[in-house]
Amino acid sequence: MARIIAGIGSSHVPAIGAAIDNGKTEEPYWKRVFSGFEKSQEWMRQTKPDVAIIVYNDHASAFSVEMIPTFALGCAAEFPPADEGWGPRPVPVVEGHPALASHIAQSVILDEFDLTICNKMDVDHGMTVPMNLLFGKVDKNSHWPCPVVPLAVNVVMYPPPTGHRCFMLGRAIKKAVESFPDDLRVVIFGTGGLSHQISGPRAGLINSKWDKNFLDNLSKDPQKLVKIPHLDYMREAGAEGIEMVMWLVMRGALDDKVDEVYRFYTVPASNTAVGHIILANRPRGAKGTAKRKPAGKHKPAAKHKRAAVRAEVQRIRS
Amino acid sequence: MAREQHDYDDIPGTFVFDAERSRQGFGINMFCMSLMKDENRKAFKANEAEYLKKFKLTPEQTDAVLKRDYNRMLELGGNIYFTAKLGAADGHSFQHLAAVMTGASQQDYAAMMLGGGRSVEGNRSRSGKNAPSKFLLAAAKTSAAAKSKAKSGKSKSKSKSKSAKRK
Repeated sequence: MARIIAGIGSSHVPAIGAAIDNGKTEEPYWKRVFSGFEKSQEWMRQTKPDVAIIVYNDHASAFSVEMIPTFALGCAAEFPPADEGWGPRPVPVVEGHPALASHIAQSVILDEFDLTICNKMDVDHGMTVPMNLLFGKVDKNSHWPCPVVPLAVNVVMYPPPTGHRCFMLGRAIKKAVESFPDDLRVVIFGTGGLSHQISGPRAGLINSKWDKNFLDNLSKDPQKLVKIPHLDYMREAGAEGIEMVMWLVMRGALDDKVDEVYRFYTVPASNTAVGHIILANRPRGAKGTAKRKPAGKHKPAAKHKRAAVRAEVQRIRS
Repeated sequence: MAREQHDYDDIPGTFVFDAERSRQGFGINMFCMSLMKDENRKAFKANEAEYLKKFKLTPEQTDAVLKRDYNRMLELGGNIYFTAKLGAADGHSFQHLAAVMTGASQQDYAAMMLGGGRSVEGNRSRSGKNAPSKFLLAAAKTSAAAKSKAKSGKSKSKSKSKSAKRK
């Protein structure tokens, strides 16, 4: 059985990609941003997921305004990096996982999430920047460490799907993954945000208080977040800050109780507040997971596993 | 037909790219999209007004594009991810465009970002709805309550209430 082991939230600012591609990561401005992802990269190297589901949005690269799918799942064998006007980013082609992707499509559509299926799709910085932040720089002619199932969400044209809808889609994805027969360890990325506005006279808006609350609740009480109306995101976190709903797909795909492994926040990268979080599902059988074993029987093992997770969290934080 | 009014029209300095603007601005956005190709950039630069005719813009939209009035383009249905392609074709960085839209110099805009960005205080509403979102208020209350609880009850009472919830 496949299983989602962790969720990752990360901004996907295009200028971060440009800094990587142009060798500026050691400049003080950018070092402040990249240093926040060093521990995450170490965590990723140790976690070695088999597949990553990446929830992101396209920025007028694959979709333009001719077609605006609310949720689009990439089922192709590979996804070339898009030409965003400066030539494609010098990163490897993103390999897909068609078997898992089509399994997810079949499962969630029958669960009443009417996805668009993409069997051919270019992917832009919305996906490849978070991949760089978590996997590090990867040579164009090499391979990303794991295949990816892309899930593109419309957050460009209003209205994007509601936070609640995103969360429930995450739930349906979790169910789909858990019914996939192969033993895969899956991570899921929610990308975009945090607070930022890049359009109109109010451009430059940042709301760190909002962002911190969002991260706190994402970790401990996501039900509070699913109720936030779009108007509040746009007013408080900027017109483009509404991308944060994509993090709720990721959170919905995790167990109710998770361990916060790592968090990072800095302002700014270009015009945006950069947020990052890693949330790990607790090992199955541990207390507080969705499918709890009858009390008593498995307690010592559960206790042991939880202690191990805590030690791991401690180790990575320190 | 006059534009339908929405709750988000109350957000100052913001043109929400909604379904109506998406329909209205189709030509602007398809024009911007066309600039992804070098031959199109060259054709546009050679004769801007002539090139724009292919995209069936309204006279107001054509005027906004020719004048590089980025806010007006947004108001008339342009979307920022698309209009940014026009800026790039002109050789401008995104931060330059952002500064232009806010009426600041690029230097001042960059300094504002380094200083933590534009504050939300006083920038929430045109009509004076400047109270923070209920979501923020609720969070402030919980953290205040947690703090006072931690002061009075110490950790023991905290863990008790947690286990009570689980049951």
